[in-house]
Amino acid sequence: MSVIEIAGLEKTYSTGFFRKTKKFALRPLELRVEQGEIFGYLGPNGAGKTTTLKMLMGLVFPSGGSARILGMDINDSKVKSRIGFLPEHPYFYDYLTGRELLDYYGQLSGVPSKQRRERVESLLHRVGLSDSAGTQLRKYSKGMLQRVGIAQALLHDPEVVFLDEPMSGLDPIGRREVRDLMEQLKKEGKTVFFSTHILSDAEALCDRVAILFQGELLRVGAVADLTANVQGKVEVTWSGATVPPSIRALGVECHITSDTARIVIDEQKQDAAVDALRAANLRMISLVPVRATLEDYFVQQLKTSRKAMAVSA
Amino acid sequence: MNSRILTIASNTFREAVRDRVLYNLIAFALLMVGAAILVGQISIGIERLVVLNLGLTAVSVFGMLIAIFIGIGLVSKEIEKRTLYTVLSRPVRRWEFIVGKYFGLAGTLVVNTFLMTVGVLGALFYVSHKIERLDAWVLVAVYFIVLQFLIITALTLLFSSFSSTIMSAVFAFALFVIGSFAEDLRGFAEITPGIAGMLAKGAAYVVPNFSALNVITSVAHGETVAGKLIFFNTAYAIFYSAAVLAGAVLIFDRRSMK
Repeated sequence: MSVIEIAGLEKTYSTGFFRKTKKFALRPLELRVEQGEIFGYLGPNGAGKTTTLKMLMGLVFPSGGSARILGMDINDSKVKSRIGFLPEHPYFYDYLTGRELLDYYGQLSGVPSKQRRERVESLLHRVGLSDSAGTQLRKYSKGMLQRVGIAQALLHDPEVVFLDEPMSGLDPIGRREVRDLMEQLKKEGKTVFFSTHILSDAEALCDRVAILFQGELLRVGAVADLTANVQGKVEVTWSGATVPPSIRALGVECHITSDTARIVIDEQKQDAAVDALRAANLRMISLVPVRATLEDYFVQQLKTSRKAMAVSA
Repeated sequence: MNSRILTIASNTFREAVRDRVLYNLIAFALLMVGAAILVGQISIGIERLVVLNLGLTAVSVFGMLIAIFIGIGLVSKEIEKRTLYTVLSRPVRRWEFIVGKYFGLAGTLVVNTFLMTVGVLGALFYVSHKIERLDAWVLVAVYFIVLQFLIITALTLLFSSFSSTIMSAVFAFALFVIGSFAEDLRGFAEITPGIAGMLAKGAAYVVPNFSALNVITSVAHGETVAGKLIFFNTAYAIFYSAAVLAGAVLIFDRRSMK
């Protein structure tokens, strides 16, 4: 069952003195997210990720199209008691303590008093803020604010959670904890829709990803499917710190240590590299295929799109 | 009042208290103590007049400053700081946010005014050594001052819903000054012929009539206030504030968050 259905959602801004020039922040977007999946919404800065999330949350009004969450129109305020949202670089009322802030949001979400107290304490514990729960937010670090932001998004036990750059501002341990938390949410049957430009996070977590570039959706699919067709690479390592001219002629970057040298080349060039090493009497230590990462795919997609845009311009 | 409005209102009140807004009471208390001591020494027979004029004017000015300086940031600051994102992504309707903010600031001003009124009455008791039946009208003057606060709070909230904090402050101060001379503007409209007169008349009815809500001088002189004026002023303040708040909601309902 699709819990998020986006049909032709778009956002344009008028620019220029007479406001006659239209600029697309998001081109008509078609997207479906299924129940219980972790869905990564990827793209470089300015791709339109935050704009999409803001439209889904009712913070920015779409210029066209529609979207439904849990079968309800996004303008229906009832849907908001069933979803959680963490904005990018969240800001909160800094005169409140962590506990007061969560209690405030719990009240706004209509969580009954007794249940609210329990939820607040359990979430403070879950995000590791129990010890600072009585401290005003103005004394919180960036990472602590991100944690309290995640806690407020989960406070009312939502079915769908929207996280805008949830790893932003976190140290490696914090990032790992957020990853674990997202996996836990999935186990609880919740749907997680999160935007990021950190591809390793998406690769490790997501059932499916969507790639957005300059307001346009480029691809949607499982990470394995997307990376399957990326041109393969191999890593060749040999002993000795010398690099034969015929290897240099392949136009690759060589990484030389005191007694070995290493290159990463396209699969098609591997025979030429091996021949070159043999001709130079150098002993090959290893030849290892390099698995295509989401980053490789992402970079390839962006390059293709940039070229296509340059041609059409 | 629905629970979300109440939650937003009480949080707005809490913000004002924690941002030390009520510290103005210290300045007010010092002013009252100073005035009471000074008046007791230099004015013979007119202590009551001086204390009431000074005290009630201070209540009005302090409150207006708080209403404007907090009111102008109520919405725009939430948008600039993006604290609004996590509020509006909950089942909170935009009108509930505006109305909650309004009641929060209005509540702050009522509490502040109550404490200042205690100060004025204390100073009055200090200089006249008695509480007269006539002093009850002081409470009516204070009530009218609160009605002014309700109107100016709604206006600052309206400006805050579409403008920056600085421009909101300018608009609110301008309206406060013009509104304080609303009766003069009406007088000017009546004696001015043609389009200018019509424009002046229109402006006189649009701007808030703060001069009708100012009975400080007459109460200080020991005059009473007509019941009819209390009724009409109350109705006027409620309708004017409601209309302005409706305007703020209409604007805010259509506003996209940056």
